[in-house]
Amino acid sequence: MNYWKTFTNGFIRENPVLVLVLGTCPTIAVTTMVSNGIGMGIAATLVLICSNIVISMLRKVIPNTVRIPCFIVVIAGFVTIVQFLVKAFAPELDSALGVFLPLIVVNCIILGRAEMFASKNNVWASALDGAGMGIGFTIALILMSSVREILGAGTWLGYQVLPASMDPIAVFRLAPGGFFVFGLLVAAVALITKGKVSHKEASGCMACPFSAQCAKASEGGAK
Amino acid sequence: MAKEYLALILGCILVNNVVLAQFMGICPFLGVSKKMDSAVGMGIAVTFVLVMATAATWPFYTYLLQPHGMAYLETLSFILIIAALVQLVEIIMKKYTPSLHKQLGVYLPLITTNCAVLGITITNIDETYGYFQSLVNAFGTGLGFLLAMILFNGVRSRIDNAEGIPDALKGIPSALIAASLISMGFMGFSGLIEGIFG
Repeated sequence: MNYWKTFTNGFIRENPVLVLVLGTCPTIAVTTMVSNGIGMGIAATLVLICSNIVISMLRKVIPNTVRIPCFIVVIAGFVTIVQFLVKAFAPELDSALGVFLPLIVVNCIILGRAEMFASKNNVWASALDGAGMGIGFTIALILMSSVREILGAGTWLGYQVLPASMDPIAVFRLAPGGFFVFGLLVAAVALITKGKVSHKEASGCMACPFSAQCAKASEGGAK
Repeated sequence: MAKEYLALILGCILVNNVVLAQFMGICPFLGVSKKMDSAVGMGIAVTFVLVMATAATWPFYTYLLQPHGMAYLETLSFILIIAALVQLVEIIMKKYTPSLHKQLGVYLPLITTNCAVLGITITNIDETYGYFQSLVNAFGTGLGFLLAMILFNGVRSRIDNAEGIPDALKGIPSALIAASLISMGFMGFSGLIEGIFG
């Protein structure tokens, strides 16, 4: 296995947010400011690396039928640890991220990597995969929060970048701006990487651990 | 009193819509909104699980975790309660109301990891809502989710039939931009509660 490729896969080619379209909720919710985006990225990366390592170590112990609940418990444990760390060392970040900090538990990037990678590969590869995917998530968050903070507040990481005479477009920091910027970024990545990213995965939900269930549900269930 | 609850429900549905203003539950919003039947089914299933989950987690936190100084176990225990509850509901539904299970059963496994459910149960604790208030909040949020699903289904079917969308914008990007427009529409409701009940 090519470790370098495992590590860099998540950056762009299989970027969890911009290509696989996972973890949409935190992406849209916390990217109003670059500092929040970076904080969320680091928190999720920590959880991702740790949970990937532990799940990879336990991959032969966990029975297949109850694997999803087991993964969730492992992930929730690490999320609790990260919650403690953030509360202790970055209380402003804790109040800025609010409910989305505990919601890392149900972030499908983390569950998705546990299901698709860590439960099938050795510890070292899983750790690298977690780090790579976490960095990809952080890159996406920084990109998106940069667009939203510059256009919506005229600042970047708190520094004034647009001339003060220019009125910022406040809607970019509100809910509609989040959906809009995210849509355009996904489209931009699809346009730039055309042909390079596999189309099966680029179609959105396919990478989600629940894609099969979800597809069944969207076909109307009983019918 | 009744006025207060009505304001809470209306606020959940229109002003603080769970998907369009609080950004929770976007996965099912994008993934299960292609058909009207499934959009409604998912909406009802989420409402049901939300109320059940709140009914279980609120007393668990208030009477067990908090008095014993174990509040930090909130995240871990809530997700376990929700997962177990969803399993239980599915089993009971399958046994006693097979027709209902046939309609909603397929959505239930998806709901465990729906961040709206965990998010609202935690929000109820953070906002220090009382028990009944929490249940009302959960119910209102579920209705808001249902409304967002139904509205988005209508928009979605138009987009899917539209011609001339550039390749790069097909699928998820155009759906997100449509969601942005709906969300902008919902911004018009801000101040509604103060206007009616204030």
